Amino acid sequence: MSDTTPVAKVSEPTPSQMRAMLERMVVIRRTEEQLGADSRAGRLPGNVHLYIGQEAVAVGVCAHLADDDYITSNHRGHGHYIAKGGVPRELVAEVYGKRTGACRGLGGSMHVADLSKGMLGANGIVGGGIGIAAGAALAAQAAGRGQVAVAFFGDGAASEGVLSEVLNIAALWSLPLVLVCEHNLYSEFSPSATVTAGEIADRARPFGVPATRIDGNDLLAVWSAAGEAIARARNAGGPSFIEARTYRLRGHLEAEAGFIQTKYRTDEEVAAWVARDPIPAFAAALERRGLLEPGELAKTEAKVAQLVAEAVSFAATSDVPDMSFVEAARSVSAAGQGG
Amino acid sequence: MTQAINQAYLEEMERDPRLILFGEDVELSIFGDTRGLHARFGAARVRNTPISEAALTGMAVGAAMAGNPVICHLMFSNFLYTGFDAIANQAAKLRLMTGGQAQLPVTFVAAIGGGTSTAAQHSDTPYPLLMNLGGLQVVVPATPADAKGLLKSALRGLNPTVFLIPRTRGGVMGEVPEGDQLVPFGQARVHRSGGDVTVVAIGACVTHALAAAETLAAQNVAAEVVDPRTLAPLDEATIVASVRKTGRLIVVDEARDRCSAASHIAAVVADTAFASLRAPIRRITVPDTSLPYAPALERALMPDPAKIVAAALDLVAWSPTERSS
Repeated sequence: MSDTTPVAKVSEPTPSQMRAMLERMVVIRRTEEQLGADSRAGRLPGNVHLYIGQEAVAVGVCAHLADDDYITSNHRGHGHYIAKGGVPRELVAEVYGKRTGACRGLGGSMHVADLSKGMLGANGIVGGGIGIAAGAALAAQAAGRGQVAVAFFGDGAASEGVLSEVLNIAALWSLPLVLVCEHNLYSEFSPSATVTAGEIADRARPFGVPATRIDGNDLLAVWSAAGEAIARARNAGGPSFIEARTYRLRGHLEAEAGFIQTKYRTDEEVAAWVARDPIPAFAAALERRGLLEPGELAKTEAKVAQLVAEAVSFAATSDVPDMSFVEAARSVSAAGQGG
Repeated sequence: MTQAINQAYLEEMERDPRLILFGEDVELSIFGDTRGLHARFGAARVRNTPISEAALTGMAVGAAMAGNPVICHLMFSNFLYTGFDAIANQAAKLRLMTGGQAQLPVTFVAAIGGGTSTAAQHSDTPYPLLMNLGGLQVVVPATPADAKGLLKSALRGLNPTVFLIPRTRGGVMGEVPEGDQLVPFGQARVHRSGGDVTVVAIGACVTHALAAAETLAAQNVAAEVVDPRTLAPLDEATIVASVRKTGRLIVVDEARDRCSAASHIAAVVADTAFASLRAPIRRITVPDTSLPYAPALERALMPDPAKIVAAALDLVAWSPTERSS
């Protein structure tokens, strides 16, 4: 399936890297389960679009990135935020609309960002992060320090025109850009097959951009493909495209039960993908290979449960922002001198 | 004015070696404003691009977020529309959405206005919608000196700015001060003082206002001509102070009348200087239609000195008892 140009083959992650990636996936999952419960209980000011089921993609890709590498994300951005090193309690506080949040409570779930970690933001506009990542890649290329930029987007965004425009420019300018399409089979509420012609990875090939389609629920497959693409970008080899096949185990957004009257996917389909959940699959693989001691996953779960509880407590007891936060974050002064 | 803009690019690109410029045909430069820059700074910093406005505006935002100052040249302002997501949804909002984390040293450049039979898709004056986005600085120079000084401020700033070049002003001559003269945003320029009527004019309309003021002076009507220079931020204080002195206001604006800069400025003055007004506020704008190709029709729809003179004489003669507004 892969037709990438050859670069130094990246071997396996080390056992400690694998355990760290497992833990990172668990942090994303449990944090989001908390936010989902908060949403369904009406405790959140806005909506949340959960990443549950897709964690292997963000974690497998971001394992190769440093703080000064860039990512852009989409409306389903909590996983990318945590995978890139964002602090979970600042994520929870942001979604709670508190001044201690990652964006001071001014952005919310769909706009979580941590620029100090190179996380340029989740984005509420489908495809909105693709051009931004390409621009960050241009800045990285100009800086000449081997930084890369990764755009995470879904199969729905693959139908936005900006993707074709960016593939063309990124290939022309040999930008250090990795385009990661998380094909989770649904474009909001429409089955992807009903709105998507052909294979998404094939959209990169006419531009001469190496493209590969992988199992996005297989952490090691993601890690390997991302390692190759990111190494190519770091070594001035230009852009790459990864289509990661995965599945959105939750709905488009948690509040959808309140306005959707007919099912748009079957219980059998969801159950089949629950059986392919990347977290238990990866944990079992590590145990089989003796890389995870019996009982170690339970310890990780307990540690993460504590972290999530602390994040909730931190967020719940934080103050809401006042209008001075808006004033401080304006990009046009109310009157007088700007610039 | 074209040369003044060219000088500003050149001086700022020399001053900041990270500053890059890209856009369609910027190497050749169809307006002349980017001429010579490619030869001077090379293909890495002055980049001809594909015709891909959605990607270009997005990339400008991304490069700026990553700390690289950038000029995104969009040629005609109508092409803002094909690249509008990254301008309206990203550039205008990212600083607020990220809680102030994002700095966006990005300047979008485009030419505005009719008057040269470029027809409806190459003659828009879209600053009203840019002013309304709540996160963009909007700059419209009227003189070569201001064009240079305002552009230099934009290129050194950390907030997203749209620099709109009045197309019919490209060949306008004027003194440009030597050296590093920056024009701050949010400070109007009073081009001519007068006590009878305030004429706030934007971009190319400043020339019409000054011509009208000459004609009016011959008829003993002293017009004060105020040029906001930046529409966001807007120097309300200078405009209001002028109206408090003259008691009469005409706003001349090449945008279409509905939700124009003129209607906004009229509202500001009505709110804050109502008691000073001795006559109704008059807006001289383009009616709510696209501009036609035929020169006589295009000219007839646009502001000109005669319309300003007529409005000023009307306001000076206006009396609540003798006529209705």
